[in-house]
Amino acid sequence: MQEVVLTPKEQPSYGLIAECISCDVFAGKSIEEIEALPVYYGNKQGKLGDFFDVSGEVASSAEEMRIVIAGDVTKTRWIGREMSAGEIVVKGSAEMYVGAWMRGGRIVVEGDVGAFSGMLMRGGELRVEGNAGDYLGCSYRGEWRGMSGGTIIVEGNAGMEVGQNLNGGRIFVKGSVESFAGVRMKKGLLVVGSATDRVGAQMTGGTIVVLGSILRLLPSFDFAGEVENPEIDGESFEGVFKKYTGDHAERNAKGVLYVRKE
Amino acid sequence: MHRYTDVICSFCGTLCDDIEVVVEDNRIVDVKHACRIGTAKFFASNDYEHRILKPMVRKNGKLVEASLDEAVERAAEILKSATKPLLYGWSSTSCEAHSVGIELAEELGGVIDNTTTVCHGPSALAIHDAGYISCTLGEVKNRADLIIYWGANPMHGHPRHLSRYSIFPRGYFRERGQQDRELIVIDVRKTDTAKIANKFIRVNYGEDYELISALRKVVNGGELHQESVAGVPREEIIALAEKMKNAQFGVLFFGMGLTQSYGRHRNIDNAICLVRDLNTHTKFVIMAMRGHYNVVGFNEVLSWQAGFPFAVDMGRGFAWYNPGETTANDVLQRGECDAALIIASDPVSHFPRKSIEHLAKIPIIAIDIHPTPTTQLADVVIPSAIVGIEVDGTAYRMDAVPLRLRKVKEPPEGVLSDVEILRRILAKVRGEQLAAKAEVAR
Repeated sequence: MQEVVLTPKEQPSYGLIAECISCDVFAGKSIEEIEALPVYYGNKQGKLGDFFDVSGEVASSAEEMRIVIAGDVTKTRWIGREMSAGEIVVKGSAEMYVGAWMRGGRIVVEGDVGAFSGMLMRGGELRVEGNAGDYLGCSYRGEWRGMSGGTIIVEGNAGMEVGQNLNGGRIFVKGSVESFAGVRMKKGLLVVGSATDRVGAQMTGGTIVVLGSILRLLPSFDFAGEVENPEIDGESFEGVFKKYTGDHAERNAKGVLYVRKE
Repeated sequence: MHRYTDVICSFCGTLCDDIEVVVEDNRIVDVKHACRIGTAKFFASNDYEHRILKPMVRKNGKLVEASLDEAVERAAEILKSATKPLLYGWSSTSCEAHSVGIELAEELGGVIDNTTTVCHGPSALAIHDAGYISCTLGEVKNRADLIIYWGANPMHGHPRHLSRYSIFPRGYFRERGQQDRELIVIDVRKTDTAKIANKFIRVNYGEDYELISALRKVVNGGELHQESVAGVPREEIIALAEKMKNAQFGVLFFGMGLTQSYGRHRNIDNAICLVRDLNTHTKFVIMAMRGHYNVVGFNEVLSWQAGFPFAVDMGRGFAWYNPGETTANDVLQRGECDAALIIASDPVSHFPRKSIEHLAKIPIIAIDIHPTPTTQLADVVIPSAIVGIEVDGTAYRMDAVPLRLRKVKEPPEGVLSDVEILRRILAKVRGEQLAAKAEVAR
């Protein structure tokens, strides 16, 4: 695997749109060509080389590519957009839209990610070692078919509306999530450490597992018994769980919510 | 003396169109039919002491009087040199001004947003997800027999909404007016609207979403297991669901109590879905109680010019929309914009402190009729004429019906309309480009 290292220089306060940071785009290009890739901030267009020092070796195909961002890029958006293969490692925190429309490959962020990360993901893996912002693994505004494949793993906490409109794939948040986790969810699996309220709001399908406590359950969920060591979608969970079905505010809702019994 | 009839009041989203105004020597001497707020707005146009009459430009830290050309020139300079200008306000001016403003945003590659962002922005997001089952206010007047106000207090915010459209008027199918209708108010406190309602339901603060979910479950034939939800007893929820299902024509008006309380756009999403569910039993519609008289107009104009209702970033030459990233407060709080044009709005009074802290750091161009904290913070201040009193223009009522506002008197000397001011700034921003084109044409 060949590695290209992007060392961040000063980042613009306007927010840097760097959708070119993707193994598919980098593959087969020379270092000079990568430096000249377009990035956008405010109403200006710049070059990737203006904001990053580019070094290393470029592979001929995306599968053999690895991009390392050596530091915090808290003003850089759209890292790994529509990526289909290869690996991106961010040795710090990134801003919004990390791994949006991702189709394959792997993105590892050692710090935090901003809102809308993993938006409409279709495949691959997004791993966040810090916290994630709001709308993790969401859909775009008005799109009712959300993330449809792939895996998102967050070691820390996540914000509101995790897995909004989730339509496949898996999201694991080891810490806590804020309200509306799995809102309007249709398919897929969402596992969270603990949740506040309105979990699974308006969900019609799929499964949510809460490994810890839940602050408040929606009145439109029905209790459906207790389950011991359930196996869900090929994942096994230890302990006794309370099973609920819902969200029965919706007609013919087939969503399932497991909350660990305290 | 001249008596104008059927004048449209340019205050709130109700856009009352039956106002009579008497003008003598370019002074309004009488206003009939308008509410107290509308009347006050008409009379306030007489008072030049509280108006900005001359353009001002900040020099050595002080705002000093300047010529209009100088102010426009300075405004164009600020905007042209900005990397991410924010164009904000818009809800209290005409659609014609919106149209020019959007063109200016496109020319500059800026972010354009209006007050929707702090009022019914959540409604727009919910409408993307759930659609909008609505009607015109005329249909409410002629057909509605069950009227619900949820998180809205029209007695204060839209004083003539009740008497013109919802509960009091006699309609085609509601010949006896109020006797043929029922009013239910759902709110966290007993408002003045709740006091005249047939039924008031007090919902716990921040638990509207739970109550809507419970109502939907009952409407859809489910069984409610809880003794009470959001502070409302089970029997009351079931009775309300039955009442809604058995109405001939029900309407749910919702206000800021639902859009800006905990849950925001999901409250509206759920409420729209409730109305959708009710339509399997009867005819039911939902309508947002829009505040500013032309806030809907901006959403309409931006939708047809840029494809989205608010919060559009034109930075890359095309319209990109994602509230949370492109909304005015997010752009300000992340410290992204480096200049702002504020028109017909006062964000310094109404935005969160963190947003204002950034506004204080960047150059501001303020176009307004009277001094506000925003104009005091601005680097360029340009006075404008009052739309609907001193200049005409188009505005959209809360049910998205466009109405033509009328001019009843002359603006103060030398004061231009918002449209004209924006056209001049746009021409100045384009500057040489226009001149070059003229050269070729010749």
